[in-house]
Amino acid sequence: MSFTPEEVLETKKMIQDQGLDVRTITMGINLLDCVDPSLDLMLENIKQKILSLASDLSEVATSIEEDYGIPIINRRLTITPISLLIGALKSIKELSLDDIQKFNDPLYHKYKVGNLRIAPDAIDSCIAIANILDEAAHEVNVDFLGGFSALVHKGFTRADLTLIQSLPDVLSSTETVCSSINVAATRAGMNMNAVKMMGDIIHQIAMNTREKLSIGCAKLVVFANAVEDNPFMAGGFHGIGESECCINVGISGPGVIRNIVKHQRNSDFETLAESIKKTAFKITRMGQLVAQEASKRLSVPFGIVDLSLAPTTRPFDSVAGILEDMGLETTGGPGTTAALALLTDAIKKGGLMASSYVGGLSGAFIPVSEDQFMTEAARKNILTIEKLEAMTSVCSTGLDMICIPGSTPPTTIAGIIADEAAIGMINQKTTGIRIIPVIGKDVGEEVEFGGLLGKSIVMPVKRSSCEMFINRQGRIPAPVHSQRN
Amino acid sequence: MKAIVSVIGLDKPGIVATVSTILADHNVNITDISQSYAQEFFTMIMVVDFERSNSTIKQVNEDLKKAGEKIGVFMSIQHEDIFRAMHRI
Repeated sequence: MSFTPEEVLETKKMIQDQGLDVRTITMGINLLDCVDPSLDLMLENIKQKILSLASDLSEVATSIEEDYGIPIINRRLTITPISLLIGALKSIKELSLDDIQKFNDPLYHKYKVGNLRIAPDAIDSCIAIANILDEAAHEVNVDFLGGFSALVHKGFTRADLTLIQSLPDVLSSTETVCSSINVAATRAGMNMNAVKMMGDIIHQIAMNTREKLSIGCAKLVVFANAVEDNPFMAGGFHGIGESECCINVGISGPGVIRNIVKHQRNSDFETLAESIKKTAFKITRMGQLVAQEASKRLSVPFGIVDLSLAPTTRPFDSVAGILEDMGLETTGGPGTTAALALLTDAIKKGGLMASSYVGGLSGAFIPVSEDQFMTEAARKNILTIEKLEAMTSVCSTGLDMICIPGSTPPTTIAGIIADEAAIGMINQKTTGIRIIPVIGKDVGEEVEFGGLLGKSIVMPVKRSSCEMFINRQGRIPAPVHSQRN
Repeated sequence: MKAIVSVIGLDKPGIVATVSTILADHNVNITDISQSYAQEFFTMIMVVDFERSNSTIKQVNEDLKKAGEKIGVFMSIQHEDIFRAMHRI
């Protein structure tokens, strides 16, 4: 018998009872060849390219689910950052080159965004592109499309600026489109003009979607050191170093890891880490299999497996639950950062052995609203934003799905972004910020997004202004570790 | 193509007969069987071969699931690769 009954049953239990699944199959698509100075032609090109490559994605995913008995929860798309496609449009070029040069120049202190005249046509072009992306995503049956993005760590192009300024409209009027903005890189430093702008933009998006609990903000991630092959949303995009088209897979099994940890109540750290590592191997192997099979059936090259632990709202599917099973009374209390460090490291070690190509974020997601135990810890005021910030220094992801008071000043939002980006920039890691100022709600109030996004509680932000700091213009220089050549 | 049939449930007469009949109907060949009883639970794992079959895993799985519901036992079939991937270096 090639497999023992124990092995077969273990696999079946992982899938049936512990929530082992492939969290997402994501097709990455290059759209650079869709560029055209005519907006109408570009829209047509974009739609056709997506439809021609991705129409079978959903069906193939379903056929793999049926053959292998593995649930594949989401089908998604990532695309080339849209800011790279729109630079030649006439409306974008209406913004004076001289003006944006001044805005970018760190020596030119007095320049304000208000002086930059972005043509309404330019914003409309961005919205039109977002709408066509939304349409295409619906037609191929994916639930999210990531890549309405810009990389501005060194400064803005006119296209970057226009895209960012269009976000409040785009994210309130489309369903599937997700955006990411990279504001810092270890080798480039931190674009503080961008950080300040994103504080304002996030506030505006929150205002525009206030009838829906400011949910527009859940479709935007601000990054430091963003990766080019992240299959998860909202931060995924198809980076410029990527190929024409590829399949990336995000696997997930917090429930499986929780089950292992629960049975290790009395074991020492070595045994605990080993058992997590071995289980991560099995989980990742499943993701690798699905990725390779999807690649074969779609005739699209396999990209990477992202071996992140991603929680869902189901109680057994909780990352914080794993930490508490490790021996913490409540996530967020002392011991949390150490426990998370052990967990993330063990996941990576086991996962790396299991897959030929590991990429994306490959960490542990700690979204407050999507993880029941996190939400509860926030409710008890044991888990705070400050502790979450510390946790992000060891878990390879970022501040995720955090609700803050709607009254939080945009410069304070910018300060939170700057802090998280600094952790990424200095430690040569990817960090992200997905923060939701819930307009009309204050500390302690419940926020129920529903569905995948779960529910949460508005968390307190320390009342201390960073307005003067944020209002300085320019760029924080690249840290000394960037000089590794 | 090889696949793994798993059957789990409270032991009762007719389980093996039910599964074998479905597999025979689809021309799927059984190449290995392993079964065990723990308390009142019956667990059976079969390695099967689709070489002479014109059916798909999906079709066999549907029949197994239906039959399983009727006799009150959990039955399913999966491609063997998932087990190979997870349990072998």
